Amino acid sequence: MYGNAYISPEEAARMGSVQEDPEKLSMFEERIARGEKIEPGDWMPAEYRRQLLRMIEQHAHSEIVGALPEGTWITRAPNFRRKLALIAKVQDEIGHGQLLYSAAETLGKTREEMLQDLISGKAKYSNVFNYPAYTWADIAVIGFLVDGAAIVNQVINSKGSYGPYCRALERICYEESFHLKQGHDNFVYLATGTAKQRAMLQDALNRWYKPLIHFFGPSDRESQHSEKLMRWKIKLASNDDMRNQFLDQYVPKVRELGLNFPDPNLHKDPVSGKWHFSDPDWEEFKRVINGDGPCNKERLEVRRYAELANRWVRSALMRPSEKYVTPLA
Amino acid sequence: MKEQSLDPRINRLDLSRGEGEQVQAQSHLPTWEVFHQEKRGKQAVHAGIVHASSPDMALVLAKEQYARRGKTANLWVVRTSDVYTFKQEDDDVFETVPEKTYREPSAYKVRDRIEAWQKLHPEQL
Repeated sequence: MYGNAYISPEEAARMGSVQEDPEKLSMFEERIARGEKIEPGDWMPAEYRRQLLRMIEQHAHSEIVGALPEGTWITRAPNFRRKLALIAKVQDEIGHGQLLYSAAETLGKTREEMLQDLISGKAKYSNVFNYPAYTWADIAVIGFLVDGAAIVNQVINSKGSYGPYCRALERICYEESFHLKQGHDNFVYLATGTAKQRAMLQDALNRWYKPLIHFFGPSDRESQHSEKLMRWKIKLASNDDMRNQFLDQYVPKVRELGLNFPDPNLHKDPVSGKWHFSDPDWEEFKRVINGDGPCNKERLEVRRYAELANRWVRSALMRPSEKYVTPLA
Repeated sequence: MKEQSLDPRINRLDLSRGEGEQVQAQSHLPTWEVFHQEKRGKQAVHAGIVHASSPDMALVLAKEQYARRGKTANLWVVRTSDVYTFKQEDDDVFETVPEKTYREPSAYKVRDRIEAWQKLHPEQL
């Protein structure tokens, strides 16, 4: 699962500063326009490499950190079947992280460097995982709606221009469909249960509404840098379009159970087909992404602990005679 | 007082361990190309890579990564550094003659010729 890659204003300002060979650049852009995939050994503009790497790396970190809020409830799943499903899902997320680190690695940054940048706070991950899972109902909302949002994003991104990323995403989307189904099952089970279970689920929905609206990133009006990313098929749909698609698909599935999101302004304009909602507090989004969220500190400390406590195992396994080469595809 | 996590597993850890210590990137494990065989007798198909220090470790990790669901008969792992390929910019070596239908069964159609001959030589049938 994953949130949209966030580009800070400083990052946006740096884009487009490198001059590329115009002939190579136009051939490259023609290939993308024809729908061809770019593969690791191919010529690519430095900016394309940098932006893709940043995005795939963020995506990989999101998978790894995303396993933490859900892992919180493995020991206390309500029954064995739910526990099996949750363990399987969390294992998948870690597997997705590994697939994505591999895809990012083909662009020239090693997995070790990426893990280090995660721990030092240099690299970002999806903001949504900086929020806590207070109850089992949070797990239902994460499995159903956060994964639902992630699938909207990932299905779109799997049509992108970089071969290794598309291939990783295809495998990921296939596995995510199980995450979504088990999340929906869990969600429906609570929604059709006792009054207490319904209240618990509504509470969780209230908690996750803002992070879900934040999930696809700030409005298009605030991100002018996306034109080049769209032309290079690194980004394939605008933040607002993806958010709209998500609301279109999932608001009815929440409302059909007599539940709702805590926003009286959430409605679809029947003429434009666009969803409207109250201001979700973008200042909070920026605060949390820059480190000041309810769980940022714990998430990174756990990663750091895992790295420090277990690295002796990897050191012991290291064989200096083994030669490292960049993976092929 | 120590902050409580919602995750009981995390509360059992000593997160302060090594606090302030800089985490340095280690040198990295080599990668292995993984091939997945769905059924006995079927081809092994390239699935992706794993990082490992030995073939045994590569096989264990490949099983976790590429054989979690669905059917698997076997997995192969090959060191990435042992794979030889053509250079991508040399892909013109695969372009020999522009037209290769003479290698295709569909390029050999005789029915029209047989029928024409039969029309001309009914006495020989």
